[in-house]
Amino acid sequence: MSKSNPTDRLYSKDHEWVKDNGDGTAVVGITDYAQEMLTDIVFVELPPVGKKLAQGEPMAVVESVKSVSDVYAPVTGEIIAVNKTLEETPELINQDAFGEGWIAKLNLENVAELKSLLNAADYDALIKEEKH
Amino acid sequence: MELIFEISKPGRSTADVSASDVPIVNIDDVIGRQYLRNDLDLPEVAEIDLVRHYTNLSRRNFGVDLGFYPLGSCTMKYNPKINENVAALPGFTGLHPNASDEFAQGNLQLLYEMQKYLCGIFGMAEFTLQPAAGAHGELAGVMMIKKYFESKGQIRPTILIPDTAHGTNPASGALCGFDTITLRSNPEGGVDIEHLNSLMTEDVAGLMLTNPNTLGLFERNIEQVAQIVHSKGGLLYGDGANANAFLGKTRPGDLDFDVIQLNLHKTFATPHGGGGPGSGPVGVSEALVNYLPVPRIVKNESTYSWSANFPDTIGRVRAFYGNFNVIVKAYTYICSLGAEGLTRATEMAVLNANYIKEKLKPYYDLPYDRVCMHESVFSGNRQVAQSGVHTSDIAKRLIDFGYHPPTIYFPLIVPEAFMIEPTETESKETLDAFCDAMIAIAQEAKENPQRVKDAPLSTPVSRLDEVLAARKPDVCWKR
Ligand SMILES: Cc1ncc(COP(=O)(O)O)c(C=O)c1O
Repeated sequence: MSKSNPTDRLYSKDHEWVKDNGDGTAVVGITDYAQEMLTDIVFVELPPVGKKLAQGEPMAVVESVKSVSDVYAPVTGEIIAVNKTLEETPELINQDAFGEGWIAKLNLENVAELKSLLNAADYDALIKEEKH
Repeated sequence: MELIFEISKPGRSTADVSASDVPIVNIDDVIGRQYLRNDLDLPEVAEIDLVRHYTNLSRRNFGVDLGFYPLGSCTMKYNPKINENVAALPGFTGLHPNASDEFAQGNLQLLYEMQKYLCGIFGMAEFTLQPAAGAHGELAGVMMIKKYFESKGQIRPTILIPDTAHGTNPASGALCGFDTITLRSNPEGGVDIEHLNSLMTEDVAGLMLTNPNTLGLFERNIEQVAQIVHSKGGLLYGDGANANAFLGKTRPGDLDFDVIQLNLHKTFATPHGGGGPGSGPVGVSEALVNYLPVPRIVKNESTYSWSANFPDTIGRVRAFYGNFNVIVKAYTYICSLGAEGLTRATEMAVLNANYIKEKLKPYYDLPYDRVCMHESVFSGNRQVAQSGVHTSDIAKRLIDFGYHPPTIYFPLIVPEAFMIEPTETESKETLDAFCDAMIAIAQEAKENPQRVKDAPLSTPVSRLDEVLAARKPDVCWKR
């Protein structure tokens, strides 16, 4: 069973989470439901720091035993940090998708975009529907 | 089993080389010290050790000559041995690829006739035999589509790919610079006509359709699909990898396909998947003939020659002219079966697939329950829900029963998919024995799921830790 989705952040329909740091930056990762669907992750391709991404553009690639999937930027912004430890230990995403398994930190370009994302309750409902 | 490097002993060899009777040259002088390695570290073994090593390795292999191989979408047909005999004739194997046309008349004639046979069987205006395999044929086909619109001065940036398509279809489209858009399937497993209507605009170059599709289902609305694509000026591309389901029954040309690639190595019974290279001929309708790759074979009265004199061509897509040896085998297959034999092979392939489908239906979920073509797609969902046994476990357990597992986790729209393609040459006894094994595994998944999850239990190499193998691959042997 997936862990419950923390209420301190927002979610995209593509199963990314965004945590607004309140200082114009945000941290992005994939949800626990996403890691469960992907199964064991064996490789993560991180974006270069300094890369500018528009909302919905491919940001990173996660490869599991089962498939290779794009991770999309849930908001527009510039990459200011990436989680380098994922290069050696991609399983961090399986173990702690909402914490240690974060993928990148962005400079928020357009705070209004956050309104287009789901809160934890809406995201709960979305994955409940997908499971059927 | 030890590696050949592990059984190596310095100085051991399979033969003594006699003393040289020509002047000895110093290798440092002729090649240069800087290009030479001090230690090559090649294995040194006696002939008997060498023979045993590779014979033992080959015994751990599996092929269609050893047992039933229902690997869906891959059409692991029996490869008749007469094909090998014919392809080994010295006239075919001995000809230098650069021999001039006058010395290659027999081989050119075979290629020319093969093109004509394929035109007849598939109802296309012209064929090229150049591409090396299916995906390469797709690429050549999409390049022609692109050139067709370029020469008409039309800009069409996108191409439609159904969600059931083989991964090579979107890859071929993307490699040619098209944006690929996914077309949904309807609940029956066919094209969602409404979705097609909404996507098909004058920005769309065409639709890449596999028919029968990768669910093993024939597109019931094929005429309407072709009409919708053509009504917006688009072209209909056919992935003919599943052509073994309709040879002699229908022709893509008659169904209004504009381009189709074949996988000779599947449909026309030549060894593949480790057994030999592929061959991916592409057939086109009249509208696309000028764009075919060069060189093309032209017949002048009774002689044949190569010609590159086709100004609208997409150019050359491969050095020399395709995998000639594979084409000889496929040609032999067509000649030995004849029109009637090819049709009968189609009928048997479809009958066998439906036989297995009906027999296994009570034990495994069948998401698209209708008459199938040459293969059927099941889902392991029921076993996952019952006892956490996944399709990959079932596949590995089948190895213990002496079968090559079916294709699994494809097509992507079926969760826990397994895709069974028996092919036409298998007897009822073989099909029954395979079904019995599948039924026994379904039972075992209920009663003793751990056994299925631990499979294979009888192979020289037990279950791999796939996660560890992917995260920390260790593939180089070090002394
Ligand atoms: C439906 C389909 N299309 C295309 C291909 C690609 O053919 P090939 O493997 O010869 O490149 C395959 C084979 O794997 C296939 O099953």
